[in-house]
Amino acid sequence: MTGLFSEVFLSALMFGAVTAAIPLLLAGLGEQMSEKAGVLNIGIEGMMLAGAYLGFVGAFYSGSLWLGFLTGAAGGVVVALIMALLCVRIGLNQIVIGIALTLGLEGLTALLHHFQFSRSYPRLPAADATVIPLLSDIPVFGPAFFKHHLIVYLALALVFAMGYLYRHTQLGLNLQAAGDKPAALDVAGIDVIKTRTIAVLTTGALAGLGGAYLANVGAGLFIPFISNGAGFLGIVLAMLARGRPVWVLFGALLFGVCLSLTTAMQVAGINIPTDVIQMLPFLAVMIMLVLFGRRASLPAALGIPYERGTR
Amino acid sequence: MGSLSSLPGADKRDIVVLEGVTKRFPGIVANDSIDLSIRPGEVHVLLGENGAGKSTLIGMLSGLLQPDEGRILVDGKLTQITSPRHALALGIGTVFQHMMLVPALTVAENLLLGGPWWQRPRTEELEARVAEITRSLGITVKLHAKVSELSLGEQQQVEILRAMVRNSRLLILDESTSMLTPKGIDELGTLMRRLVEQGLAIVFITHKLKEAAAFGDRISVLKLGRKVGEIPSERFRALGEQEIISEIVELMFGKQKDDPEAVECPIRTICVEAAPLLQVADLAVAPTDNTPGLSSISFDIRPGEILGIAGIDGNGQKQLAEALAGQRVATGGSVRLEGTAIEMLSVGERRQRGLRYLTDDRLGEGTVGTFPVSINFFLKQVGAAPFWRNGFEQRAEIDKRAAQLVREYDVRTPSLKTPVGRLSGGNIQKVLLARELAEGAKVVIFNKPTYGLDLANTLASRQRIRDTAARGLAILLISTDLEELLSMCDRIAVIANGALVGTVENVDDARTKVGRLMIGLAA
Repeated sequence: MTGLFSEVFLSALMFGAVTAAIPLLLAGLGEQMSEKAGVLNIGIEGMMLAGAYLGFVGAFYSGSLWLGFLTGAAGGVVVALIMALLCVRIGLNQIVIGIALTLGLEGLTALLHHFQFSRSYPRLPAADATVIPLLSDIPVFGPAFFKHHLIVYLALALVFAMGYLYRHTQLGLNLQAAGDKPAALDVAGIDVIKTRTIAVLTTGALAGLGGAYLANVGAGLFIPFISNGAGFLGIVLAMLARGRPVWVLFGALLFGVCLSLTTAMQVAGINIPTDVIQMLPFLAVMIMLVLFGRRASLPAALGIPYERGTR
Repeated sequence: MGSLSSLPGADKRDIVVLEGVTKRFPGIVANDSIDLSIRPGEVHVLLGENGAGKSTLIGMLSGLLQPDEGRILVDGKLTQITSPRHALALGIGTVFQHMMLVPALTVAENLLLGGPWWQRPRTEELEARVAEITRSLGITVKLHAKVSELSLGEQQQVEILRAMVRNSRLLILDESTSMLTPKGIDELGTLMRRLVEQGLAIVFITHKLKEAAAFGDRISVLKLGRKVGEIPSERFRALGEQEIISEIVELMFGKQKDDPEAVECPIRTICVEAAPLLQVADLAVAPTDNTPGLSSISFDIRPGEILGIAGIDGNGQKQLAEALAGQRVATGGSVRLEGTAIEMLSVGERRQRGLRYLTDDRLGEGTVGTFPVSINFFLKQVGAAPFWRNGFEQRAEIDKRAAQLVREYDVRTPSLKTPVGRLSGGNIQKVLLARELAEGAKVVIFNKPTYGLDLANTLASRQRIRDTAARGLAILLISTDLEELLSMCDRIAVIANGALVGTVENVDDARTKVGRLMIGLAA
């Protein structure tokens, strides 16, 4: 028990929490944008997997993590394109298509990985951390928060960029109108389909990036089903965040702590069955839903395909 | 109209002209060759009942629908209004019947909606523009309140303001008074007057005659998709309000010379001495949030008699039909069928005893659209012999009887297995007729039996109803089409605000008497 509250342990726990939170954050921010625009994006889990796989492949063959992030995001966008075509343009059921995309990509990425690497799981070299001077010297918190890969800081910056987008830009207004009252946006002269497509593609890029981070930085390798529900947690975060990006961040960090705790407690060798420990994040989801689920406010037209002239 | 000259290009030329515009939907002609001219500085009232084609017409002006035939001229030039954005660019702003504001956003955000996406919303610019407009119109608007916190009247002002901010030259107001309080309606009237004084053109859509007479400069009357008349502004100014109203009544309810629906009312002999089949006394229904209640409804119908219920739509017609059928709880009064009280019976029991109800909601409550035609014939007998035995469907029995009904009622269906929702409105109506008039019918309630049908099916349905009465059944015919009632009924009662305001024998001057009752004047 002595190891549990040592400085090193706490620091590692928090470092792990941030690492685990970043994919959730990116997925949550992406899902939030889709939902704001009225598209319930259940395919986000599949987009993350596509991002994780292509991100890993990109980084593995080029040797550049950044190129990996780029291919990962592109992978997410490709899946999102299918979603946008089927659900936004043609107006098919968003839930069914979302589930199909997720299941399809689980199989596809596992299959491609098997063809390429057979049963081996090659690793990427550890990601370089960008150490922030001075701040990283703070005991406990310094190493936990200020010694991450640059993309972590960019993801945090994205939270505030999103907040600005929703509150202070024309595009932000259009997105919210597309989700709340698409007909009003249409008569205002803005193409609802286009607006929603932009949102879904952005979601794809963010989810793909999250997946790439998960594989390249978080794990350093790709294994089938690596996202392990991170996309679905992103959906929960987006629903609980009531449209505010900063709440997605808080939620992601909370889940990140739970996930990190799971690992840390196992490492510390605490005498609790691992199955119980591994339940923690999902227990947290349920507690969050019981506490805040009622107050989750969703856009009025969420999940409803828009067709002009129907009421 | 002194400020008219200050507007660029605002001479007396029409802003928008419609020429022979026709729009069809599956099964109905919503607009039939309509001509209309819209001028700056005028409130042009489009008057007509539900289903007259008003909403379709403005759908075409606002770019939501495209006409099938005819031309639209904007500023004298032939123009296809392809999208809502295009309509806005042409200066046509529409305030829809259903609010088109995003409830979760503030008023200012709603007004800014539609700007180029790469720009920051120009809030300061908007505030200055809004201040200028609101001052000239004498209204106040809370720019930073959320739309969901505003009253309906306030929301409407925001929508009008939005059209003004976008430099609209033509403002279309679709049933704008339907959700307003009387005070709100007066304020809207004042606002419209100020707007036309600034040189705007307004198209004001309503089905209320008083508003049309009070707020209009020119009135076009629509009826069943056709324009049946126009009172030009010169005439409008010369007439008093009462004269205008009576002229509109003449246009709305008057007989058309070349009306194909005109049929001489056949003389039926009704045995005056016969005991009434249906007796209704003091029937009452409590009002709900969005429907009027009924109070002290009393009437008798004798065998072979058709009693008509006339009235402007939404005055309790549906409530009356449902209360009689047992689908709506009555709070008082009695309903007797052949002398036996039935007001305590369930829907099924009333049907069993011979009370039948043909709903106007043919696809909603009348049929199950995805079920085959054959099953829809027996929807109200599911589980009963001979079509079901021990819980199992007897396919052969059902098909045999269904085939017979299809022949008898001339239902045009590809097969018995076709889902009923794929048939045209007229054929769905025939399925309903076949089902409700089948064995044991004694009293039949028809609610708007020809609504939305084409002419051939309308005439066929009417003949079917007459034949039914001739067989000695008692008929209650609810319709918003006065022509229909005049051509079929023996007596016509008028419903207004959930009460019967008078009953008229269908003789020579019934038309004017009923028309006057309908708009609240004594017969």
